[in-house]
Amino acid sequence: MKIKQLVLDPIVKDNPIALQILGICSALAVTVQLKNVFVMCAAVTLVVAFANMGVSLIRNHVPSSIRIIVQMTIIASLVIVAEQFLKAFVFDQWKTMAVYVGLIITNCIVMGRTEAFGMKNGPIESFFDGIGNGLGYSFILIVVGFFRELFGSGKLFGMTVFELTKDGGWYQANGLMLLPPSAFIIIGVIIWLIRTYDPSQVEESN
Amino acid sequence: MSNSSETLKTLTVAGLLCIVCSVIVAGIVVTLRPQQAKNAELDMKKNILQSAGLLSDGQDIDEAFKSIHSVVVNIETGEVVNDMNPENYDMVEANANPEMNVEIPSDKDYGGLSTRPKYANVYLEKDESGDTKTVILKLWSKGLWSTMYGFIALDTEATVKGFGYYAHGETPGLGGEVDNPKWKQQWVGKSIYDNTNEVAIKVAKGEAQGEYQVDGLSGATITSNGVTNSMKYWFSDHGYKKLLNRVAEGGL
Repeated sequence: MKIKQLVLDPIVKDNPIALQILGICSALAVTVQLKNVFVMCAAVTLVVAFANMGVSLIRNHVPSSIRIIVQMTIIASLVIVAEQFLKAFVFDQWKTMAVYVGLIITNCIVMGRTEAFGMKNGPIESFFDGIGNGLGYSFILIVVGFFRELFGSGKLFGMTVFELTKDGGWYQANGLMLLPPSAFIIIGVIIWLIRTYDPSQVEESN
Repeated sequence: MSNSSETLKTLTVAGLLCIVCSVIVAGIVVTLRPQQAKNAELDMKKNILQSAGLLSDGQDIDEAFKSIHSVVVNIETGEVVNDMNPENYDMVEANANPEMNVEIPSDKDYGGLSTRPKYANVYLEKDESGDTKTVILKLWSKGLWSTMYGFIALDTEATVKGFGYYAHGETPGLGGEVDNPKWKQQWVGKSIYDNTNEVAIKVAKGEAQGEYQVDGLSGATITSNGVTNSMKYWFSDHGYKKLLNRVAEGGL
């Protein structure tokens, strides 16, 4: 497989959230503000890429009986490293995201990719597969975060776009957008749009 | 491959992997620690200033902190302890040390804390003539999932000037709303004590009623109760009451 394909396919054609419906949990949790979305996306993308590469490097030496726990160990170590970096360089974001950074460990996308791709392919392909899936995840999160921050608090990246009524403006904030369920609705709409654009993703009805 | 050599290989792979991972993790943690400690200190100063309402946007934190004097106070007597360096003392750490803490009698332990430190970190904002304008106190109590640590800023009459938590692990969107600026703003101007000098300030169940209450956090009863309990305990005569009396008399 070509690297370009590995990186670009997961964005729309084989999106981990929209098609595989993985990693929904954090898509709900951290998308209230775009700033946090970007930090989270960077962390997840790097963790998937390096975890995938790490697993791929040792894939021929890992006894299959302990392969899951080996993958978990690599993922968990990388997540701790990522969290330490956030704590050192973007302290405020780290504080607001709190537990969700640690929860990248349980993000199904990471484990899904190491098990489905890293265990079967070379390290370079695996690295780019990780980047691609991270970007696919990021794409959905950014769209969700954009709508939630804009309609929930009238801001983008913390800058006021719509002046809120409570501050004397014209826009009445949509409280639903501040709550996690709104992410479900936005993701649902994204999935609908993607599947209208590419009908081959539609599952056959039973 | 025989069974035993397979087991051996499994163990070797597991062992090596753990060593490699722990070395990487430990290395990074140690390298980044100074930077993190600096962030944490700056963050602490920021929390103190913000709870007191002394930080305007874009102001340099170290600069703004200059008007704040930190002291160590004996909670029982309300007196400043001069032979302790406030910079090296952390009341939360001291609370874990059996020699530095005191047990809270169970009938006074509203917050479920079981112990409190003997000495408190207290931050005083003074005006030019050296009189205390604001006293900033640290308090904590159990919420639903976590211990919530906060600062409260009071004027000399024990009226709230600012209140906020700087560390907690409550559910984002529910109990986590203790961080909501609008909710924190409700505390400002409320008195801790009523006419009979009892702790009256509390988080209401639902909407606030009367002059000593703030709105409850919806969907977060246990967190709200935790906040109320921390007020009830920390401003009781086992907590900061003596100290606040002293402040009112101009003795601090």
